[in-house]
Amino acid sequence: MTSETYVVAFEGAPDDPGVLDFAIKQAKGDGASLLLVHVLEWSPYSFLTQEELAERHGRRKKELERANAIVMAPALAKADAAGVPATGVIRYGQVVELILEETRKAGATEIYVGRSGSQSVAARVFGSVTLGLAQLSPVPTVIVP
Amino acid sequence: MFQKTFILAIAATLAARAAQAQNAPQGIDATINAAVGAATGPFVNFIFSPFPGTSFPWIVLWLVVAATIFTLYFGFVQFRSFPHSIALVSGKYSDPDDAGEVSHFQALATALSGTVGLGNIAGVAVAVSIGGPGATFWMVLAGLMGMASKFTECTLGVKYRNEYPDGSVSGGPMYYLKKGLAERGFAGLGKGLAILFSIFCVLGALGGGNMFQANQAHAQITNIVGDYPGWITGVIFAAIVFSVIVGGLKSIARVTEKVVPFMGVLYVGTALVIILMNADQIGWAFGQIFSGAFTGLGIAGGLVGALIQGFKRAAFSNEAGVGSAAIAHSAVRTKEPITEGYVSLLEPFIDTVVICTMTALVIVITGVLQIDPDTGMYIWDAEQGRVATVGNVSGVALTSAAFGSALAFFPYVLALAVILFAFSTMISWSYYGLKAWTYMFGEGRAQELSFKIVFCIFVVIGAAMNLGPVIDFSDAAIFAMALVNIFGLYFLMPIVKAEMVSYQARLKTGEIKRYS
Repeated sequence: MTSETYVVAFEGAPDDPGVLDFAIKQAKGDGASLLLVHVLEWSPYSFLTQEELAERHGRRKKELERANAIVMAPALAKADAAGVPATGVIRYGQVVELILEETRKAGATEIYVGRSGSQSVAARVFGSVTLGLAQLSPVPTVIVP
Repeated sequence: MFQKTFILAIAATLAARAAQAQNAPQGIDATINAAVGAATGPFVNFIFSPFPGTSFPWIVLWLVVAATIFTLYFGFVQFRSFPHSIALVSGKYSDPDDAGEVSHFQALATALSGTVGLGNIAGVAVAVSIGGPGATFWMVLAGLMGMASKFTECTLGVKYRNEYPDGSVSGGPMYYLKKGLAERGFAGLGKGLAILFSIFCVLGALGGGNMFQANQAHAQITNIVGDYPGWITGVIFAAIVFSVIVGGLKSIARVTEKVVPFMGVLYVGTALVIILMNADQIGWAFGQIFSGAFTGLGIAGGLVGALIQGFKRAAFSNEAGVGSAAIAHSAVRTKEPITEGYVSLLEPFIDTVVICTMTALVIVITGVLQIDPDTGMYIWDAEQGRVATVGNVSGVALTSAAFGSALAFFPYVLALAVILFAFSTMISWSYYGLKAWTYMFGEGRAQELSFKIVFCIFVVIGAAMNLGPVIDFSDAAIFAMALVNIFGLYFLMPIVKAEMVSYQARLKTGEIKRYS
C-alpha cells in the first residue's frame, strides 16, 4: 500500500524522460505512487478565427487523443513496467496553475519537473514553468536537469 | 485656434482627395460602376421603398418593430441580464473540465471582429452627415433594442447547429429556420426561408462584407498616397484575401485577428482622448444629439430623417436581426444555448452604444459638420443630400478629417485601422457567405472554390465603384437577410423564451453552477 503521491509535471518533450525516470526511481524507493500531469497550454481569452472556432471541438478531441497516445500512455506504461502505481491527467489551461491544482487535489507531497531550458523571450520575461513551480509550489519541488 | 484651423484644413484636404477619387471614377472604374450600379438598382429600390403613404423605408420599420417586440417579449432581457452576460464572458460559469473548447469570450471576440469595422467608422459618418447629430440618439437606441434581437438569434444559432462526426460545427439562421420551423410544424416554410436567407447572406457577404469594405479601404489609401484607380487596390486586396481563403495562408488571418482587437482599443482610446481634449464641449455635443434627435436642427427630413439614418447605420454596424452573428456564435461549446444569447447581447452594446457613439461624438465635437453661425443650424448641402462638411467629404474621409483635426497624425493610424478592419470583416464575411453557399449547393471543394473566387472578384468591383451605389447595395443585401431572419424569429421566439425561463429558474435554485 502506498502512502504518498508524487506529481510529475510531464511535458512529453524528448528531454522529459529524465524527469520521468528520476520520479519513477524516487517513487519506487519511497513506495509512493505517481500522478503524471500533462497540460496543454490554453487561454479562453485568446483570439481565434471564424474557421478555428468552427473546428475547435474537433481539434480538441484530436489534441487529447494525440496527447494520450503519444505522451501519457507510454509514460504510464513505463511506470507500470517499473512496478510503480501511476495515474495520468491531461488538462487544458495555464500550466503552473493546473499542476498546483492537481497537486492540491491529490494531496501530493512532492513535485518533479524537468528543466526545459527554454531560452525564449517570453520565458525570460514571464518565467518558465520550472521557475513558476519553484516559486509557488506548496510542497517540495525537485527540478531535474 | 489658428493651429486647430490649419490642422483641420490639412485633414480635410487629405480627406477631400479620397472623396474625389470616390466621386469621379475613370476608365475601368467607371465601367464597373455603371454596370454594377444598374444591375443592383431594382433590388436596392425594392428593399428601401417607403412604407405606403410615408417616406419611411419599410425595412427600417421592420427592424425597429422586431427589436421592440423582442425587447418586450423577453422582458427587457438586455438590461436585466447585463451583469449575468458579463459573468458568463469572464468565465465564471464555465466548467473547468471544458477548458480547451471555444469559450464565450472567444465567440464574442470573433463575432465582434466581424462586426466592429467600417460600420463604426464610415457608417456613423454617413449617418451623422445625412441625419445630423440626432441620428446618434436613434443609433444608440437601435443598438440597445438590437441587443434583444441578437439574444434571440444567437440562442437559436447554438440550439439548432449541425455537429459533424469530425467535431466541427455549422450553425446560423439557415439551420434554425429549417430545423426550428420544422419542430413548430412549418417544415416547408422553414426550408424555403432557409434557402432565401442563404441567397441574401451570399449577397450580404458580397456587399456589406466585401464591396463596402474594399471601397472604403481604397478611400483611406488614396487619402494617404493620393488618387489612383480603385481597381488596383481591389486587385491587391483580392490577392491577399485569395491567399487566405483559398491558399490557406492562415497566418495572415491569425495575425489580423490578433491585431484587430488592439486597433479597436486604440481607436476607442484615441476617440476618448479627443473627447476629453474638448471636455468643455461634451455637454454641447450631447445637446446637439438630443435636440437633433427630435427637431432635426435644420437637417432635411428632420426627426424622421435622423431616425432613419440612425436605425439604418446601427443595423448595418451591429448586424442585430441580420443573422450573421448567429453563424459566428454557434461554435461555442455550452450545454445551455441560452448562455450564448446572453453573451451575444453584449455585441451591439460594444459595437453601437460604445464605439459608434465615440465616432459620432468626435465628429460633432471637432466641428467638421458645418454650422451657420447666424442661425446655429447645420448647413444643408442639397446637391450632396447631406450636411455641408469641411472639405466636402463623407464616409470614412469625414471621420478621418474629424480625428485629424485634433490629432494630425491620426489619419495615418486610422488608415491602417480601416484597412485591417476591412480585411478582418472580409475574412469573417467570406466565412458567413461560404456557409450559406455550401448550405445551398452542398459541401465540397468545387462548391467552396467557386464561392471564394466570386468573393475575390467582388473585392475588385467594390474598390472600383462609387461609394453611393456600393453603400446602397451593401445596405440592401444586409437588410434583405434581416427580412427573412426576423420573419423566422417571430415563429421561434417562444422556444427561446422557454429556454430562458428554464435557465433563469435553474440559476435561482443553484442548479446552474457558478465555478468562480
